[in-house]
Amino acid sequence: MKPIQTLRKTRKVFRTAPPTAWFGMTVILIVLIAGLFAPIVAPYGETEIVGAPGLTIGGHFLFGTDQIGRDILSRVIFGARNTVGIAFITTILAFSLGLVTGLLAAVLGRWADQLLSRIVDILMAIPSLIFALLILTMTGTSIVNMVLVIAVLESTRVYRLTRAVGMNVGVLDFVEVAKLRGEGLWWIIRHEMLPNIATPLAAEFGLRFCFVFLFISALSFLGLGIQPPTADWGSMVRENATLISFGLPTPLVPAAAIALLTVSVNFVVDWFLYQTSGLKD
Amino acid sequence: MAQIAKMVAQRMALGLFTLFVISLIIFLAVEFLPGDFAQAVLGQSATPQNVAAFRHELGLDQPAYIRYFTWLGDILHGDLGRSFASQRPIDTLIAGRVYNTLFLAAYAAIIAVPTALTFGILAALYRNSVFDRLVNIAALTAVSSPEFLAAYILIFIFAVHLGWFPPIARITEHTSFMDRLEILFLPAVTLTLVTMAHMMRMTRAAIINLMASPYIEMARLKGLRRGRIILRHALPNALAPIINVVAINLAYLIVGVVVVEVVFAYPGLGQLLVDSVSKRDMPVVQIACLIFAVTYILLNLLADIGSILSNPRLRHPK
Repeated sequence: MKPIQTLRKTRKVFRTAPPTAWFGMTVILIVLIAGLFAPIVAPYGETEIVGAPGLTIGGHFLFGTDQIGRDILSRVIFGARNTVGIAFITTILAFSLGLVTGLLAAVLGRWADQLLSRIVDILMAIPSLIFALLILTMTGTSIVNMVLVIAVLESTRVYRLTRAVGMNVGVLDFVEVAKLRGEGLWWIIRHEMLPNIATPLAAEFGLRFCFVFLFISALSFLGLGIQPPTADWGSMVRENATLISFGLPTPLVPAAAIALLTVSVNFVVDWFLYQTSGLKD
Repeated sequence: MAQIAKMVAQRMALGLFTLFVISLIIFLAVEFLPGDFAQAVLGQSATPQNVAAFRHELGLDQPAYIRYFTWLGDILHGDLGRSFASQRPIDTLIAGRVYNTLFLAAYAAIIAVPTALTFGILAALYRNSVFDRLVNIAALTAVSSPEFLAAYILIFIFAVHLGWFPPIARITEHTSFMDRLEILFLPAVTLTLVTMAHMMRMTRAAIINLMASPYIEMARLKGLRRGRIILRHALPNALAPIINVVAINLAYLIVGVVVVEVVFAYPGLGQLLVDSVSKRDMPVVQIACLIFAVTYILLNLLADIGSILSNPRLRHPK
């Protein structure tokens, strides 16, 4: 296809996007800009004390101040950098681990598949949160530990999907032909398998990000993840929880930010799946 | 019938094996604690004799497999060991808390399951209507929100501004049943909101899936009303997936309880677990994780067996 046609097609796809998808893309773009340019966009510093503690929404400070007088808006903007950044790195780790092991299981089969699948079965037999709490007691709570634990636990879901779609593609003729030509394992994975399973995996990446993001927020909210004074949406809810009994909606702001981003990613993934599933016509 | 019995037995054996492996992992967690655990608990000033005595008391001087069976045997006999942090026996620590957590989970389930089924059936009945779309968007939003958002919104509106319910679920052994229902209303509704969406969507999907089958079309051609078709013809056949998703969500409820208990400062097992993780009180964490894991695995097992039993094709073999 010529580039100009691709451009036209892309434009058409975007023109027909439903309002939910536009909403999602807008929110994701805003979060990206806020995260990347946090020091420029934020009116105050990440840990700067700017006024009296517990000022309400809509005064001089748009979202008020927190329990020790830091600007909530600035901290939410820096949180976009910290929380979303860490969640993104964790998702990439989880995704790579699940992708590689899933493809290995699909291509090698037999004992490699059995071994990996049984390990994944065990990891999925009890809730991830319980597993994470057990391991964090062992290792102690730190950001690195949390990222690694969540990456391993969430990679099990990626593994399942990759293995399933990989197996479907792995038995097709062109893979068989490539094997007969004597191509190596990695060549087959890169040139024959990956392009054919890219679509479900792309959608999975979006969904996985949502789960990882909620998982990190939950752990930070419980005080076992990202620690203060780092601005992070989950721990901001925890820090400001007491303000709610004074009638201030402050903890709702970071909590709503978490929900808003997750819903937006979900909307975009839904639209993407709809576009690629052939349901559209 | 023999076929069903065999399938059920297989699932139960698999469930037991999973329980065994999980208990092994939870037991081994203590092995991976960095450094010498006895030394860490007793502090730097402990004499080597003290450390040796403590190691002996914990049984750390025996090989791991013997300790595993002693540990498991003690738990099965009701001896849960002692907390490292407070040195109190764990069974007195958790006794009331397990009941509190189960009470909250059951309360939430009693609200969530009927509501989710009703909404799911209504959404299937009025498919592609405004009602259906609104319910779907609400469900997607609920799934995407962290538990604490729903909790704090409810607290903000119903506890702080309207003052109908207490913002904190403080409860003692002497709190009466009716008081419990009132105090726990907001936590239960929070749990309902976060678990209902999935159950509802699955109910809707299961019923819509069946609505395309020939025998439903036959019923429609006979001139039956839509409500009757759904309740009498579609619902019984949709039971298997619905039972499954209900049980899975009840299992999820057990986990969602951890965050909700922390929000409402409710003295349940989840809050104890979180506190113990930050104190690195391994014996308490092990017992709490074991209780959550066993409940979760049993509910999943129940889901499997329920969907086998409710499958009409297996109940009436040819």
